[in-house]
Amino acid sequence: MKVKSPLEIYNFLPRTNCKECGYETCMSFASHILDRSAKVTDCKPLVRDAEKDSKAKEKLEKLLELTAPEIAEVVIGVGSSAIKIGGEEVLHRHELTFFNPTAFFYDVWDSLDDKKIDERCDRVVSYKKFYVGKYLTLDGFAVRCTSNDPKRYAEVVKKVAGYGKPMVLIALNPECMKAALDVCAEQRPLIYAATEGNWKEFLKLALDYKVPVVLRAKDLNLLKSLAVTFKSAGVKDIVLDPVTEPLGEGLQGTFERVIQLRRKAILDRDKDVAYPIMVTPIAAWLIEGDDVTKSYWEAVIAGIFIVKYADAMIFHSLDQHVVMPTLTLRFNIYTDPRTPVQVAPGLREINNPTPDDPVMITTNFALTYYTVENDLGSAKIRAWLLVLNTEGICVEASVAGGKFTASKVKELINETKIAEKVKHRYLIIPGLAARLQGSIEDETGWKVLVGPIDSGRIKGWMEKNWPPKK
Amino acid sequence: MAKRFTLEDFLALLKKYDVEVIEDVKIDGDLEIELEGSAVDLTAFTALYSLLSELGNFLYHANMALTYMQRLSSMLGIQMPFQLQVPTQIAAPVAKVEVPAKPAIPEKLIEARFEPAKVEYTGYIEEVVLGATRADGGTRDYVIKLGGERSLPFYIFDKPQPNLPAIAIDVFDRPPSLAKAVKVHYEDVVGSPAEWAKKCVKKFGADMVTIHLVSTDPLLENTPASEAAKVVEDVLQAVKCPIIIGGSGNKDKDPEVLEKAAEVAEGERVMLASATLDTDWQRICEAAKKYGHVVLSWTQLDINNQKMLNRYLLKRANMPRNSIVMDPTTAALGYGLDYAFTNMERIRISGLKGDEELNFPISSGTTNAWGAREAWMTESPIEGDTPWGPRELRGPIWEIITGLTLSLAGVDVFMMMHPLAVAVLKEVFNTLGGKVKGGVADPGKWIFAEV
Repeated sequence: MKVKSPLEIYNFLPRTNCKECGYETCMSFASHILDRSAKVTDCKPLVRDAEKDSKAKEKLEKLLELTAPEIAEVVIGVGSSAIKIGGEEVLHRHELTFFNPTAFFYDVWDSLDDKKIDERCDRVVSYKKFYVGKYLTLDGFAVRCTSNDPKRYAEVVKKVAGYGKPMVLIALNPECMKAALDVCAEQRPLIYAATEGNWKEFLKLALDYKVPVVLRAKDLNLLKSLAVTFKSAGVKDIVLDPVTEPLGEGLQGTFERVIQLRRKAILDRDKDVAYPIMVTPIAAWLIEGDDVTKSYWEAVIAGIFIVKYADAMIFHSLDQHVVMPTLTLRFNIYTDPRTPVQVAPGLREINNPTPDDPVMITTNFALTYYTVENDLGSAKIRAWLLVLNTEGICVEASVAGGKFTASKVKELINETKIAEKVKHRYLIIPGLAARLQGSIEDETGWKVLVGPIDSGRIKGWMEKNWPPKK
Repeated sequence: MAKRFTLEDFLALLKKYDVEVIEDVKIDGDLEIELEGSAVDLTAFTALYSLLSELGNFLYHANMALTYMQRLSSMLGIQMPFQLQVPTQIAAPVAKVEVPAKPAIPEKLIEARFEPAKVEYTGYIEEVVLGATRADGGTRDYVIKLGGERSLPFYIFDKPQPNLPAIAIDVFDRPPSLAKAVKVHYEDVVGSPAEWAKKCVKKFGADMVTIHLVSTDPLLENTPASEAAKVVEDVLQAVKCPIIIGGSGNKDKDPEVLEKAAEVAEGERVMLASATLDTDWQRICEAAKKYGHVVLSWTQLDINNQKMLNRYLLKRANMPRNSIVMDPTTAALGYGLDYAFTNMERIRISGLKGDEELNFPISSGTTNAWGAREAWMTESPIEGDTPWGPRELRGPIWEIITGLTLSLAGVDVFMMMHPLAVAVLKEVFNTLGGKVKGGVADPGKWIFAEV
């Protein structure tokens, strides 16, 4: 955003410290707007005044403009499944954070028979991968027109729209695109793509149906020209596709174009290219080789551009060796580095444990904690789970770094009064903390059992080791 | 559709034109793997790597290779992309557009010109040479240069990148515990570090090998330093690439082990792994200086500690600036990769901006990726998960994406294990480094065609 200090925002605010926004002072609210944890429109007095008074309205609009993200935000889809892309502020995540994760759209095409289309759609909507306390899911569909038949394309788009996920419509033929928009425009699909050849027709479609549009050109002069033309004709929701070439110098060229676009927008604040960027790992399927080669390369292309600035992507493969690493990487890169990923330390009761059930210990690093909690849940194990405050560091590093120590374990045992809740004195520690076995026994007087290195193996371990042999 | 040729075509051409040195070829079918229970079929790229080794590979720095490539490419009619295409389109005078009351579809595009933003760093990353050839008092066939960057990784449109990342494959002096998908590739060489090292270089195309002297750990076999040094000698005999020597991670024993290893490797310019804040780094540095080696400065995901340790090595141990590489710690994809990535990216940017305590090449223990359960477990332990699919495919890609991500943060040398991950990452580095020619004929074909 244009403003760099909370004071610049503060001057636009009522300065009454009314607390309606939920913050103690207007200054505090201003600093939250600056780091984007609060929205300008959370200031109710400002909004109310703007409704009554045209001067106040101008002031609000000015503040909204000053605090708008560097990269435009574009919404695809409607309702609760709608996704927002773009809205980024920085080139490197440590400079602030990245905001809207790259949206992943999965390929279906209209020359596929209906049964197969449903199969693919089912796979997309039912996909789940547990990670850090929740299930990761897939964002939406990319519906390609491979039939070049407007009627068939509209039919398939309508069918896919029924799954209720955001869509990218992919057809260069304006007639096919129009037919599809006639059946689903109100669901706000992203249309792909306006090119040097069809831009007039696509500009008309974008205006008539009020849908976001992708502009596609390899030449960045042309791409910028398209963007300027669309913007001046009244299209606000623009996404740029500098063309993904999957191999060799083509891929290095793609890398250059994507980086140049984003750097120009952030460093030179060129608003004519400050739009979300589309990258298409599906292009990997144009290379020669077997399916494993292609899908691996698809994951590689996705990996490069999840790290470097892609805001939306189109994938062909639904195989786990592509989906799982790319979803995980996206989560990692878009994790806010300003907030440590940790959970509250203390005692958790898993599956209503009894006084005879085991006591286990793990760290308060969110990923570790949720993994352990879920593994116990899935394995239907009743347990008392002690969560040690390691300042959000995982087991291995906290043991090495002195944040997981026998004396801290003793403190936790005392604080949680776990000794009053169980009849035994056995503590199961993570396999990666094995070297603390002796010192914890000395410090606490409890008998320490070394559990598996990965809690995914806790079930097998319990079968062998619990209850402990006297 | 791709402008590429097969290995057979290529070999035939080499013969026909009597080309001796060649760099960076793209061959088809280089990523075949078989499923459950069988070994990865590496025959395609094995042939390539042994060919390249014989012909004198690793000439990243030699103009000679470029010349040959140009000669060859002109014969084949393939375009060379070496001169970066500066946009040459002449800017048309920007038309003054009358903004109509109601937006209408214009007749012509409003022409705009894209001028890239200029980014220049004042600093640079030190260039560190690993290995020494006969000319420099060693017995290596070639050296590997790390670092030397003046821009972010693979931003060759800003500044040329003198050295692309190198890959070292891990070798252990005792049977390590490895994921099954990794183990199958080394079963025949476990127990013989020399054979293991040979396999890494000859079969899997490693630029270097890292010999981990794990058995010296007092809690394991407690192998004496002098005996461990013999393993180092064996490996130096067996392979002619630069080598990296790792201890067991025991902070009391490692300085002694590395000192002895440094002595027997005198003149070979190995990298000693590692000096840490809680070991006797002074002793490791003294050995490195005395016998002409490089030291790996290892800290745990903390830029300030990395800076502190580097300062100690520079100021207190008087290590030459061209003899330090850093390992700021690698966490696997899904298991803290965000920390590792951002820590390394910050270190690299600080170095490029002129911080002389952080402008050293970066090393990554990418093998750590195999600790992720997604890489090695047969199936998800979590009830609600969509089935995970064959782990033979999940494992290598986990190592690839971990390494790929960190390469974009600035890593210069990767310590890895799975042969397929090694091959794919090499291809990625050569591609982003601008050394792979060609592309597909129509990158937009997926838009309308079934794939």
